[in-house]
Parts: sequence; C-alpha cells; structure tokens
Amino acid sequence: MEPILKGRGLVKRYGKVTALDHCDFDLMPGEILAVIGDNGAGKSSLIKAVSGAVIPDEGEVFLEGKKIHFTSPIQAREAGIETVYQTLAMSPALSIADNMFMGRELRKPGFMGKWMRQLDRPEMERRARDKLTELGLMTIQNINQAVETLSGGQRQGVAVARAAAFGSKVIILDEPTAALGVKESRKVLELIQDVKSRGIPIILISHNMPHVFEVADRIHVHRLGKRLCVINPKDYTMSDAVAFMTGAKEAPTQTEAA
Amino acid sequence: MSSAENTNDGVAKFEVPDRGALGTIQHWLHVNPALVPLIVLLMSVLVFGLLLGSKFFSPFALTLILQQTAIVGIVGAAQSLVILTAGIDLSVGAIMVLSSVVMGQFTFRYGIPVEIAIVCGLLCGTFVGFLNGWLIAVMKLPPFIVTLGMWQIALATNFLYSANETIRSQVISTEAPLLQVFGEKFTIGADEAGRGGANFTIGVIFMVMLVVVLAYVLKQTAWGRHVYAVGDDPEAAELSGVNVKGTLISVYMLSGLICAFAGWALIGRIGSVSPTSGQLANIESITAVVIGGISLFGGRGSILGMLFGALIVGVFTLGLRLLGADAQWTYLLIGALIIGAVAVDQWIRKVSV
Ligand SMILES: Nc1ncnc2c1ncn2[C@@H]1O[C@H](COP(=O)(O)OP(=O)(O)OP(=O)(O)O)[C@@H](O)[C@H]1O
Ligand SMILES: [Mg+2]
Repeated sequence: MEPILKGRGLVKRYGKVTALDHCDFDLMPGEILAVIGDNGAGKSSLIKAVSGAVIPDEGEVFLEGKKIHFTSPIQAREAGIETVYQTLAMSPALSIADNMFMGRELRKPGFMGKWMRQLDRPEMERRARDKLTELGLMTIQNINQAVETLSGGQRQGVAVARAAAFGSKVIILDEPTAALGVKESRKVLELIQDVKSRGIPIILISHNMPHVFEVADRIHVHRLGKRLCVINPKDYTMSDAVAFMTGAKEAPTQTEAA
Repeated sequence: MSSAENTNDGVAKFEVPDRGALGTIQHWLHVNPALVPLIVLLMSVLVFGLLLGSKFFSPFALTLILQQTAIVGIVGAAQSLVILTAGIDLSVGAIMVLSSVVMGQFTFRYGIPVEIAIVCGLLCGTFVGFLNGWLIAVMKLPPFIVTLGMWQIALATNFLYSANETIRSQVISTEAPLLQVFGEKFTIGADEAGRGGANFTIGVIFMVMLVVVLAYVLKQTAWGRHVYAVGDDPEAAELSGVNVKGTLISVYMLSGLICAFAGWALIGRIGSVSPTSGQLANIESITAVVIGGISLFGGRGSILGMLFGALIVGVFTLGLRLLGADAQWTYLLIGALIIGAVAVDQWIRKVSV
C-alpha cells in the first residue's frame, strides 16, 4: 500500500543544530501513527517539515504519491493537511470563533458578503459552538471571549477542535493532551478514534505512553533527528518503546512493522 | 442539535466569576478599548465648557476643533493601521507632504490636468508605503528603522524635487481649485452677518468617514481580523493560515495612500502647497493613537479610540488657548495624558494574564 504522506531524506538545520538528519517518514491511509522520542529529538521539526511550517533544507515530501513542496502552512491546509502545533498557533486577543476560522473566514451571502466583504459572524459562531459542544471538551462561557481568557487546557481544546473541523486528508497533533486533565484527555482520544473512523489518518506526537499504546496502530520512534524504527504496539511493551527511544536498548532491525 | 440549545446546555456554560466593581470596569475596558478616550474627551469638553462658557461651548468653537483635528485624524488613521500590526510609521508626515507636492508640481510645472496630478500624488504615497511594507515584510527589517530612513528620504526628495518652492494659494484657487477642495466649508446656523454657526469642511467629513469605514473593515472583514492577528502574534498568525507578508505590505500601502489623501487635505487646510508644512504629523499622529488606547505592542485597540485621542488633543489646544494659558501647558498636559494612557493600557491587559 502506498503511504498517504511520505518523507524521504529530510534534513533541517538550525544554525549548528541538526534537527532532522536524513529522516524518513511514512503515514499509511486510515491509520493512527504515533511519533515518540526524547525532548529535542526532532519530532516537531519533522511534522513542521511535512506541513509547510518550515521548508526542509534537503529531502522530499509526497502526498498521495505526488511530490509536494509546501512553502507555507496555507498551502498544506489547502491540500487538506491540518495541524495542531505544539505552540497552538492562536491569536490571544481574538475570539474563539475568530481563531477557529482564521484564514478561512465565512462571508455573508449576497451583497454584504460579496461586495462589502462582511464576515458571517453568526454562522461562524454557530459552527464553532457546535464543534466545541460536539467535542464536549470545554466549559466555555462565550464563544466571543478572547482566547487569552481561556485556561491552557481550554486553548488546546479549541486548537484540536479547529483541526478536527477542517482536516480532510491528514490531521497532525503535536502533543494535543499535554495540558489537559484526565477527562479532557479522554475526550481528545475519543476524538482521535472518531476521526480515524471517518477514514482520515492521524499523526499523534505524545510523551504519554499509555495514550500512545491505547490508540496507535504503529509507532514511529524518533531519535537524534531520524527515524530509529517503527514498531507495532502489540509486539512491544511500553518499557521497550522507552528503551528504544532513549537508546538503552538496541532497536529492532526490521523497520516496518506489520 | 440547534445552536439555541447549545448555548443553553450545560456543556457550553460556565458560572460567571464575581469580579467586583473594579474588576468589572477592567473587563469592560478590555472589551471596549475606545471607552477610556471617549470618557476623557467628554469630560474635557465638559470642564472647558464650564470654565469658558459659550466661548468654548458653541457650535463655532467645537467645529473649529474638528477642522483643526482633520489632518491629524486622517494621518492618525494611517498610523493606527500600522501600529495595530505592532509596527510604527515615522514617515507618515513626509509621505503626506511629498504627495501634496507631487499633486501641486505636476499640475503647475508640467501642466498636467489637475485630476491626473492628484491621482499621481495618491499613487506616489501608495508607492512609498509599498517600499516601507516590502522592506519590513520581505526584508524583515524593523519598522522603526525602515520608516525612520524613509522619513528622511521622502522629506529630502520633497525638498529637492520642489526646489523648496511654495505654490501660492491664490494661484491654486484660480487655476486648480480642485486641489483645495478639502478646505471647502459649509455652515449651519450662522447669524445674519455670517458669523458663528457650525462650520464643516470636506476635510472633516472625510476624516470621520474614513474612520467609520476603517472601523467597519477592521471589525467586519477577514482582512481586518488578519491585521489584528498579525499584530498579536505573527508566528501564530502564519501557522494558522494568515498571509502575514501580504497583510503587512497591504497595511503599509494603505497607510501611504491615506497619507497622500492627508496631503491633499493639507492643501485645502493651508491653501498653498508648501514643502515645509506638516513636519509634526508623525509625532502628532502617534500621540493620537496612544491617547486613543491603541497598544504600541500591536493587536489591541480600536481606530475610533484614535479619533477620540486626536479630538482630546484638539480640545486641550483650543481650550487652553482660549483660557489664555501659555502653549507649553498644552504640551505638558498632553505629555501627562500619553503616560496615563499607556498606564491604563497595561492595567487593562492584566485582565488577560
Ligand atoms: N526555531 C528553532 N531555532 C533553533 N533551533 C531549533 C528551532 N526549532 C527547533 N530547534 C532545535 O531543533 C532540535 C529539535 O527540536 P524539536 O522541537 O523538533 O524537538 P521535539 O522532538 O519536538 O522536542 P519536544 O519533545 O521537546 O517537543 C532541538 O535541538 C531544538 O533546539
Ligand atoms: Mg516538540
């Protein structure tokens, strides 16, 4: 089977630091792929390189077998790749609805929208509220409140809701549960399963091994800027995975798990 | 599930925390950033009205303030857009004067029809704005440095090109009155001798309309939301799908265009085309923006606040002059207002963190 998203020989350097060192990457259609690795291993750099947020110095990226060359996150979004970045990428002073529709605002129908370029706020607010309620993720007073008045977990919920609402080909989540409580984490994991059942593949970066082993179909172990191995969570234990990740244990030689 | 149900079910609800009186005010100001300057404006009108009586509190005096504010208000609108993106434009005054000189010289030196000369002046302002925007967005140079340089360049170009010559008011009004159209006045409610009454110029009306249109654009269009997002956190804006470079360049171009309109309005206000006029426009516009509650850190504030800020300065200037006070008192009070406004801005921000 052809991977839906594929990276080959990706290199990204920041000055003297090599964040990605000839890294390969494969995401299969319909799967949940977890990416694990130590802090600074280059996980965020990897997903930024495939989602247009940074332009890799070397290497190639393929979407559905076609070579792509994103120069901005906007292009990746247009191609159907939706990303929740570790930093969340939200404008603190703007409202939840504004943030959810940033860069793809809805305009009023008819004259006001076409000629006066007026935004359709009621519709954007309605959809944003529906999405958040559907997720059951949040306790939010008002969809028009500024994002900066939300708690860290609520912000993360909004960012995940944004990705889930718009992703059509691939959804990338960089540590989506890092700031969430137990109940909220559960909701996000359910959401991930739900997105998968819609046939959309997901890349999940997480340091939380129980979460990873619960939802992942395959686990990409990242170490020192490249893919060390890919394992099937059914064949290994969590402590095996951590041992590979930290270099305490030799990685299995076959890189593709079934 | 309908949206009406969603708003009322438990999931999308949270008990409203009790903020206390001061907290409530703070929250209100956070939501309505133009409120502080509006209150200050109304209070200063009231105080000067009480002190001076009908000398100040008359349609004539109050509309005189509007006329004296028109240029600063127009340039301040340009400055507001730039400052909302967390930038600053020190070249606004120079662009204004250069554009007015282009309009004048094209008409009188080359005999170009005045309408076309005006369009050339507007294009000139837009082009200088584009240069600013390109250097800032694409070359990633700091706005302060770019516009500091552009200020000198535009001003020097203005002097070199005009050879320091003023085009006299009389010549303009006989040969190309369109250049002075912003000074056109109409009066409501003057006495029989034609004294007093409310005087409005086209420049005043243009200023008010400009601010209203920009307030709509900033609040109700995607471009306006992007201006705020870019000023708030450019990296986040880029990652969430905003064309940051395009937005920045368009803001500086629009700022240049508005300054060119200010240049046209300047001819109407002073009558002549003078390369030495408008030297303080950059400082005055920044003052209006700051007193108007727009944050110099970008992403916060409203353009209506800028208009109130400009009017506050106008009220103080005229009020103190009518009181017979030394002009230095005006500067002293404006200075205090600037510092006060920034202090209030910091306080309001605390509501978020
Ligand atoms: N913008 C940047 N400028 C300079 N160096 C960077 C930048 N972004 C990442 N790096 C470096 O690249 C390396 C990989 O960083 P990356 O963020 O990809 O790691 P990560 O695996 O996502 O770590 P974490 O688990 O902490 O999120 C690190 O050494 C980091 O210091
Ligand atoms: Mg990371």
